[in-house]
Amino acid sequence: MDDASFFSFRLSLQVALLATVIVAITGGVTAYLLATRRFRGKTAVEVLVTLPLVLPPTVTGYYLVVLLGRHGWLGSALEAVTGGSIVFTWWAAVLASAIVAFPLMVRTTQAAIESVDRTMIDTAYTLGYSELQTALRVVLPLARRGILAGVSLAFARAIGEFGATLMLAGNIPGRTDTMPLAIYSAASSGDWGRAHGLVAVLTLASAALLYAAHKLGRVRW
Amino acid sequence: MSRLVRLLSLVLVGAWLAPAGRAAEREILVSAAITLKEALAEAGAAFERMHPDVRVAFNFASSGQLKAQIENGAPVDVFISASGDEMTALAAKGLLLPDTRVDIARNELVLVRRAAEAGALSSIGDLGRAGVRRIAVGNPASVPAGRYAREVLAQAGLTAAVAAKLILAENVRQVLDYVARGEVDAGFVYRTDARVDARVTVVAEAPAASHAPILYPAAALKTTRDAEAARAFVAFLGSPEGRALFAKHGFEAPPARP
Repeated sequence: MDDASFFSFRLSLQVALLATVIVAITGGVTAYLLATRRFRGKTAVEVLVTLPLVLPPTVTGYYLVVLLGRHGWLGSALEAVTGGSIVFTWWAAVLASAIVAFPLMVRTTQAAIESVDRTMIDTAYTLGYSELQTALRVVLPLARRGILAGVSLAFARAIGEFGATLMLAGNIPGRTDTMPLAIYSAASSGDWGRAHGLVAVLTLASAALLYAAHKLGRVRW
Repeated sequence: MSRLVRLLSLVLVGAWLAPAGRAAEREILVSAAITLKEALAEAGAAFERMHPDVRVAFNFASSGQLKAQIENGAPVDVFISASGDEMTALAAKGLLLPDTRVDIARNELVLVRRAAEAGALSSIGDLGRAGVRRIAVGNPASVPAGRYAREVLAQAGLTAAVAAKLILAENVRQVLDYVARGEVDAGFVYRTDARVDARVTVVAEAPAASHAPILYPAAALKTTRDAEAARAFVAFLGSPEGRALFAKHGFEAPPARP
C-alpha cells in the first residue's frame, strides 16, 4: 500500500472504532431507556432514532451540514465556543459515521434488552440491587449477544460510511478521505488498480474485525 | 470490568492513531469537481512550488454537493465547478469574491460505445434505430453531462425516439462503466472520461452548436481567510501554465473572454 492508501486505511479504522465506541455508549443507554421506560412521545423518539437508517446518507449528511455549518444554529454556537468549525475535519467523519450507525445499535440492543426475562430483573431489585447495578450486572450480561450484534452492525455501518461523510467531512486527500471516499476518488478517476486494492483491504479488515467480535460474543465474561 | 479496560484501550489506540495536526503557515482549501482531480493535483503541486509558504488542499465531490457545502458555510477558499450553473447560483447569493470568476477549461461531449462490439452505431442519428436499445446518460436533474446530452438529443430531433431507451446514471463515470461492461449500447460522456477507459471507443462528437458550452469556472469565495492566496491560485489556473496542465489531461482551452 502506498502512503495515501495507508493513511485512508488508518483513518477509516480510527473513525470507525471511535464512532463505534461513541455509539455503543450513547446508543446502549438510549436503548436501555427505550426498553425500560414508558413515556409520552416514546414512539416519536423511536421514529427519530431510526430516521438515519431510512434517509439516504447524502440527505443525512446534508442535514448535518445545514445544522453544523457555520450558518447552522449548532455550528455557529460550536464555533463561538471552540473557535473552529467541525466541517471538513476528521471529527466530522466520526460524527457522520456515528449518526448513521446509531439506529442499528439502538434497535438491536433495545430488542435484546426487551427480551431479558422480567423475573430476573425483579428478583435483582428484590434482593436489593439498585437500577444501575441491575442494569450492569443482570441486564447487560443476559442481553450481551444482542448488544454485541448491535455493536458489530454499528461498526460495519461506520466503516463503510460514505454519503454523510462526503457531505460533512469532505473528500480531502490526506485529511478526511476514509477508505470509502478514497475508493470513490480512485474509481472516479479511472484508477481501477488502486480502487480494487482499497476494496480488498477494506473487505478483509472489516471481515477480520467482525469475526473477532463474533468470537468475543462466545467468550464468557 | 475488564470489558471497560478493553474499551478504554481501544480509545487509547484511537488517540494514538490520530493524525498529528499539520498546521501549514498558510493553507487554502479548494473544493473542486471530481472530474478535475488529476489535473488539479498537478496544478496544486506546481502552485506550491511557486509559493512555498502556501499549501493547497483539495476537497473532491460532485459540483452540486460542493455547492451545498459552500452555501452552508463550509470553510472553503476556492470553488471549481463542472458547470456554470452552480457557480452562477453561488454568485447570485453573493458568495464569490468579486471579479475572480474565470473559466479555466473546456470539455466536449462525446457518444461512446463498447470498443469490443462494432455495432450498427456510427453517428448520433443512429440512436433512434431499433438496434440501439439502451442509452446511458447522466441524470439531467443532478448531472450536468446529462443536461448537455438532453440538449444534444433534442437538437437531433431524437427526444421522443430515445425516451424509452434512456438509462439515467448518477454520474458520468457510471455512464462510462455501463458502456464499458456492455450493459448499454451507448452513452454520453465527456471526452476526458472516454480517454481513460480503453474498453470504450468514441462514436461521435456532439456538435458544439447542439449544446451549451461545457466550461469549468473557478472563483475565490467570500468565506476565504486568505484572499491573496485564493486569488493567486485562481489566477494561476487561468494562466498559460495552468492551461497547459489541463490540456495535458485532455481538456481544451476555454474561449477567450470577450
